[in-house]
Amino acid sequence: MFDPLVIGDTVLSSRLFIGTGKYSRNTLIPEVIACSGSEVITVALRRVDPAGGTENIMNHIPEHMKLLPNTSGARTAEEAVRIARLARAAGLGNWVKIEVINDQKYLLPDNLETIRATEILAAEGFVVLPYMSPDLSVALRLRDVGAAAVMPLGSPIGTNRGLRTKELLRILIEEVNLPIIVDAGIGRPSEAAEAMEMGAAAVLLNTAIATARDPLGMAEAFREAVSAGRKAYLAGLGPVEESAAASSPLTGFLG
Amino acid sequence: MMSFYETLTALEKYPYEDLWKQYTEVDIKRALQKERMDEGDLLALLSPAAGPYLEEMAGKAQRITRSNFGQAIQLFTPMYLADFCVNHCTYCSFSSIYDFPRKKLSMEEVKREAETIVATGLRHILILTGESRRENPVSYIKECVEVLRQYFTSISIEINPLTTAEYKELLLAGVDGLTLYQEVYHQDTYKALHVKGPKRNYRNRLDAPERGCQAGFRSVNIGALLGMHDWRKEAFMTAMHARYLQNSYPECEISLSPPRFRPYLGEFNPESDVTDRALVQIILAYRLFLPRSGITLSTREPAVLRDHLIHLGITKMSAGVSTEVGGHTNEGGTPQFEISDGRSVQEITDMLYANHLQPVFKDWDILTMPASLSI
Repeated sequence: MFDPLVIGDTVLSSRLFIGTGKYSRNTLIPEVIACSGSEVITVALRRVDPAGGTENIMNHIPEHMKLLPNTSGARTAEEAVRIARLARAAGLGNWVKIEVINDQKYLLPDNLETIRATEILAAEGFVVLPYMSPDLSVALRLRDVGAAAVMPLGSPIGTNRGLRTKELLRILIEEVNLPIIVDAGIGRPSEAAEAMEMGAAAVLLNTAIATARDPLGMAEAFREAVSAGRKAYLAGLGPVEESAAASSPLTGFLG
Repeated sequence: MMSFYETLTALEKYPYEDLWKQYTEVDIKRALQKERMDEGDLLALLSPAAGPYLEEMAGKAQRITRSNFGQAIQLFTPMYLADFCVNHCTYCSFSSIYDFPRKKLSMEEVKREAETIVATGLRHILILTGESRRENPVSYIKECVEVLRQYFTSISIEINPLTTAEYKELLLAGVDGLTLYQEVYHQDTYKALHVKGPKRNYRNRLDAPERGCQAGFRSVNIGALLGMHDWRKEAFMTAMHARYLQNSYPECEISLSPPRFRPYLGEFNPESDVTDRALVQIILAYRLFLPRSGITLSTREPAVLRDHLIHLGITKMSAGVSTEVGGHTNEGGTPQFEISDGRSVQEITDMLYANHLQPVFKDWDILTMPASLSI
């Protein structure tokens, strides 16, 4: 079944985006990519060291991957903009995941600064994917200023708590006419499947794979879960009923 | 200006001797079940009652650390720029009472040190000086930073306390992190150990990390020099100071260091012996109380101990260390204190990989680019 995800002018067949942080060694990254089937990988510019020899994370990302440099470490819109420009100047392409975080305790995104950064970078021709706290008016504003997708959190980064923001995610999926990529908090393949069943366009995760006992096995499990969730969404889930529905209607005799 | 000093003054009045005895294993178990710990939980984790629970504390500390930081350990190295000092502190080789040829690196020497260090792969550096505004003024630090930023992507300072305006000046020059140890939180002990010089001003030092936060540094690292006073109280004050900064300046990454007293040029002997078990208890209490704070481990600790401590909540460690001015390129200076782990960056890297941890050489880019380099 041909079911592409189109972001900007890029056509993707995998709806699982992955990260590069928290691994015990960078050499695991190509293996994780292979097992996950992912085509998009986010990388923190703060970790990219072009002069870093074998320690440079970029040496471990295969050519075919779509790079999604992120602005991890930015505390203001200005910092995020500067990091994005550095990433593009460093040859990492024109996609950027905006992360503006002013809260080092919970690492929750600053939605207002995120809107400001998105507006500036979209106007400069970047394909902007902002990471955000799920809020309808913010998501609509991000769409209006040129975001290519929005990336609401399922729960705080690194927690593996799953879709704690489910009701808000549902509203975003229904109301915002942009791909909704659930980012952060997904800890289990079943949670990734659930996000996809709800109609999310894709999911992005890192900790769940990177800190698993067997990262490669977990990457494969997520690939299958995302695929299953997407198929279920496309097939149309049956309605959930409060009480049992009789298979022989009680009023059938009325014709 | 708001300050931790008021809180600290209140905390000093706690009946610690009674408190340490009051906590029981029930308090430890209750604390360990919590996701967010409060001040009482911190006291419990530092009390003698927590002694038998180090393994349980370690298990939780490791889970929290891996979830928040993954398998990454950030590496850095200190670079000593100058050992001129106007203070008389009873525990430090740089004290003004010691007569040895003092040194200050020229810009050419700074460049050579930088080239030597950067060849090891490290991109983060901590620059240090003795405390002398005459010999190492802010203008000298700025001059050094101008050289160093051509080599490093993150530059932190560990120098005498400055004003907020001076910190801002250094921030604009390219410094992004501040390390400043209070040395001793207990005020009477502080006065006794800092005999002469501007460092005797307790309040000026205590408020300096906050001034750094206000100036806009990305990271601020604090700590008590363990061994100078009752370690349980000192660790408690340090963690409370860190939490105060974290709550007041959520945009700043607050880190903790647990340095233990090390041999130096003089003969001062600390009054509190901090055993390995005590050090472990402190690190675990820090991690459990402040789940997202960085914890830095220096080469003051011996290699074999460092190899074990990396699993208990540590997120940053120094490697390829010299505590002498110009020590990365020359030998024969006066070390500030003796290090215990003299392994090279490559040896630390190999050790981390062998422990399924990833050494991170670069974790930030200085964003205050000079006009000539901006894009």
